Amino acid sequence: MAIKQRSKSLKSRGDGLSDTFFQLQVLNGKQATDAQFPKFVDTIASNGYTDLKPVPLEIFQINIGKLCNQTCAHCHVDAGPDRKEENMDKATLERCLDIIASVPSIHTVDITGGAPEMNPHFRWFVAEVRKLGKKVIDRCNLTIVVANKKYHDLPDFLAQHQVQVVSSLPYFSKSRTDSQRGDGVFEASIQALKMLNAVGYGKEGTGLTLDLVYNPSGAFLPASQETLQAEFKRQLKRKYAIDFNSLYAITNLPISRFLDYLLQSGNYAEYMEKLVEAYNPATVDGLMCRNTISVSWDGYLYDCDFNQMLDLKVAAKGQHLNDFDIASLQNRPIVLNQHCYGCTAGAGSSCGGEIA
Amino acid sequence: MEKKYFDPADLKKFGNITEWQEAMGKKFFDWYGEVFKEGALTEREKALIALAVAHAEACPYCIDAYSSTCLEKGADEEQMMEAIHVAAAIKGGATLVNGVQMMNHVKKLSM
Ligand code: SF4
Ligand code: SF4
Repeated sequence: MAIKQRSKSLKSRGDGLSDTFFQLQVLNGKQATDAQFPKFVDTIASNGYTDLKPVPLEIFQINIGKLCNQTCAHCHVDAGPDRKEENMDKATLERCLDIIASVPSIHTVDITGGAPEMNPHFRWFVAEVRKLGKKVIDRCNLTIVVANKKYHDLPDFLAQHQVQVVSSLPYFSKSRTDSQRGDGVFEASIQALKMLNAVGYGKEGTGLTLDLVYNPSGAFLPASQETLQAEFKRQLKRKYAIDFNSLYAITNLPISRFLDYLLQSGNYAEYMEKLVEAYNPATVDGLMCRNTISVSWDGYLYDCDFNQMLDLKVAAKGQHLNDFDIASLQNRPIVLNQHCYGCTAGAGSSCGGEIA
Repeated sequence: MEKKYFDPADLKKFGNITEWQEAMGKKFFDWYGEVFKEGALTEREKALIALAVAHAEACPYCIDAYSSTCLEKGADEEQMMEAIHVAAAIKGGATLVNGVQMMNHVKKLSM
């Protein structure tokens, strides 16, 4: 089933926004727009958070590469089929394994991309992490399962290793899904979901978890996770007999291709205003950057995948896997900027959905 | 400066109506908030009804506001357009059904 992309990566377009410094300038009202918003650091300081500090490290998130079979319009990674250079090599993955094994508080290894399964070492790495007894999450875009014959057995592989599958499906309709992710994505996703269901994913009593991620297809905030989950469950069951476990409602952060979309469509200022107005102090304690470390394909360390895409490295002694220093990481102040308003709006947003 | 009758930015000032009548305004907003909370109807269903009424009333403020709310509550374009058709059908029907009244009256007056 062919997918027709509606956009290209910023990098391949030679767009100014592929420069992370430029993105930060935009977010601070110094480029492309003069819209000014209260500084995020001041906002959380007014609630007593002068330095946002981590809690013990629990989730080791690896962005294994920017290569992807899709080029979604909102992608904060600026991933796509053209991003062939940026993929984690085996030596770096081995270094990750050493660290995962040495930090007992890490209970979950969250593998994202790109399409993580396109990294040639993906299956080997998953098997190794499972041997360490840690939980593995695969952030699977679904369509990869049907993209090529060599991926058709992914559901079996993932089930065999009891990997938790977390997959994006922006809506239970074709128009909304395809407008964000590319023509043909909805049908391919439905097919992949059926294949995952067939091996037991999302089915009661199998222990195989299939969670879906909803994120708005445009410049608006997500509805409550509970309401959306009920609606997705009802509609996917009724129309396609598909089952899944939980739905995470995630807010689009104003960076990378979503930032480009906001600027191009004239929605930037209004969207930022919405995020700022919806600031909810009750989300701050649960921000994902507090219990997560995000690693880039080339081994650098970040507070989260968003900071990684803005090239805001951890403010700790070792900023690379080769200088990994857990004590210094646990004491670091988390690096914050204007995009963080995306995580604190409304019920909050993280890789696991709502916070508060 | 050209003066506009409808300025989208005015919607944000809706709350200011309490400045000139605080007690009534406050009661209105409390009640309004209560109405749109999840109840026997979901927030999404209520937003769709609001969107339909906004069109029937041709209120540009409410059309902007509830177009956004419908999206945020998880409604899609098809549901939103169907809601407007419901409003239009009732408006059309309400006009036409009064045709019976006209017919009754004409029949009474005619030989
Ligand atoms: S959002 Fe996910 S599936 Fe889409 S281009 Fe980015 S990495 Fe690929
Ligand atoms: S973007 Fe979100 S997760 Fe990342 S540092 Fe900011 S608040 Fe934390």
